[in-house]
Amino acid sequence: MLGPIIETLIGGLLTGVLYALVALGFVLIFKASGVFNFAQGAMVLFAALSVARLSEVMPLVFAVAIAVVIMVVLAYVIERLVLRPLVNQEGIILFMATLGVAYFIDGFGQTVWGSDIYKINLGIPKDPMFFFEGVFPGGILIDREEVAAAAVCAILVAGLAIFFQVTRTGRALRAVADDHQAAQSVGIPLNYIWLIVWAVAGIVAIAAGMVWGSKLGVQFSISLVALKALPVLILGGFTSIPGAIVGGLIIGAGEKLAEVLLGPILIKTFDLAGGGIENWFAYMLALVFLLFRPQGLFGERIIERI
Amino acid sequence: MRAPAASDIAAGEVLLSVEDVTLSFGGVVALRDVSFDIKKGEIRAIIGPNGAGKTSMLNVINGFYQPQKGSISFKGETRTKMRPYDAADGGIARTFQNVALFKGMSALDNILAGRTLKMKRGWFWQMLRIGPALTEEIEHRKRVEEIIDFLEIQAIRKVPVARLPYGLQKRVELGRALAMEPDLLLLDEPMAGMNLEEKEDMSRFIIDVNDHYGTTIALIEHDMGVVMDLSDRVVVLDHGVKIADATPDEVKKDQAVIDAYLGVAH
Repeated sequence: MLGPIIETLIGGLLTGVLYALVALGFVLIFKASGVFNFAQGAMVLFAALSVARLSEVMPLVFAVAIAVVIMVVLAYVIERLVLRPLVNQEGIILFMATLGVAYFIDGFGQTVWGSDIYKINLGIPKDPMFFFEGVFPGGILIDREEVAAAAVCAILVAGLAIFFQVTRTGRALRAVADDHQAAQSVGIPLNYIWLIVWAVAGIVAIAAGMVWGSKLGVQFSISLVALKALPVLILGGFTSIPGAIVGGLIIGAGEKLAEVLLGPILIKTFDLAGGGIENWFAYMLALVFLLFRPQGLFGERIIERI
Repeated sequence: MRAPAASDIAAGEVLLSVEDVTLSFGGVVALRDVSFDIKKGEIRAIIGPNGAGKTSMLNVINGFYQPQKGSISFKGETRTKMRPYDAADGGIARTFQNVALFKGMSALDNILAGRTLKMKRGWFWQMLRIGPALTEEIEHRKRVEEIIDFLEIQAIRKVPVARLPYGLQKRVELGRALAMEPDLLLLDEPMAGMNLEEKEDMSRFIIDVNDHYGTTIALIEHDMGVVMDLSDRVVVLDHGVKIADATPDEVKKDQAVIDAYLGVAH
């Protein structure tokens, strides 16, 4: 019994890393501008489509390089045409703007790249690896692609965490998130900072898009993966990069374990069908979490001086 | 030694001058044809009853508001439009009426943020923390520590500022402005909401900044005692119009000023 549970746990944790990769994009933009960017999922899809279609005609490395350029240009256009005219508007207005941007990118991506299902081949063998065959009967199965994704994610997170902590730009990003006017008064240019975060969020979207695209195929449903990032954000905190990772791991492992452990119990005791737990468990967990710790595990503590 | 005598300042070099500035929001006129100058090395007070346009004036000087009419000359350069970035880059720092700090960051990081424009190394080197970037970081840290010593806030350097009492937040905000090594420091009610002891500390800091660093200061303040003690010259605004511009002693006796503050029988 222990073998399958460990296997489920590891599989869940690795899937959790993939959720974290998407959540990371949200956190970056929320941290620097206080905007909940609904378009993050669409950006993941657009990035994945770009890489998939470009890699049909050139080596993957070049395709990714061009995709980076595309995402930076997209960030510039969004900053210029949408964010800049809306400076100092309320959060809900900016949120509505990103909603519009999301549907535009969804559709525009299909206009440019087509709407079939495309493949991204990362060059990682698809056959799973087996470990500890001596300890557990049948061993423990691990998907190579998910391991690669975990590695990519770890590198991205470490890099971003250092970037935010020690560089002038990182400090400026945190400053802008806290107070626009004060940031301007010390000479931080808002527009430049926003361009940077959207560009970095775009690059994170490429990483997420490639990994999910390789797993599920590049298709419209990838943009829905972003919805799974929501409970991750609620758990980890909207402003914390490490929070996105830990939240992702908890959700990933939690929903897989719930499916395997809770499912049979529901079937036996209540005579329910028992399936589909994976679909609602994350949201349930997030809801319960909201009641007890609304700022998330790592979010900035809400301090109110009265 | 206290700041130079008033006669020296009157003869001194003009650092910033505001000419015929008019600022309105829709139909509300916040400033009407206001002109005055700030001379190098002086402490200039801007006073007036509530709603007189004092904060609007500061916002015009550091580029948050664009006046409909008039111009601003700073260090001999005249412009009709000033952007906040240019103001900061040119050497204008400020504090805010309602403390505008970066709440999630420590006192130290807040003050370091004031060094943003002084840091020249790219993010790549800053991340690696090697060579010139490291030397630069250490240098900035040193300057910031000097400011922290100066403001006597050593004990709170790692504390997130949102947890600090109001008086200390004001001090950190002053520290952030000082970290920019400004030529002109704008203080918007630096002593609002402080008790007597805190006010005395803050007055001391303002005088020291002016003496030691030779920083020119323009401040808005409601406490008349403080204004009279600190400032070399005073501009008085009322309903967006300049009604007096003189030394503290002269302003105190000015009939228009007394009327503005006490009201006039009609």
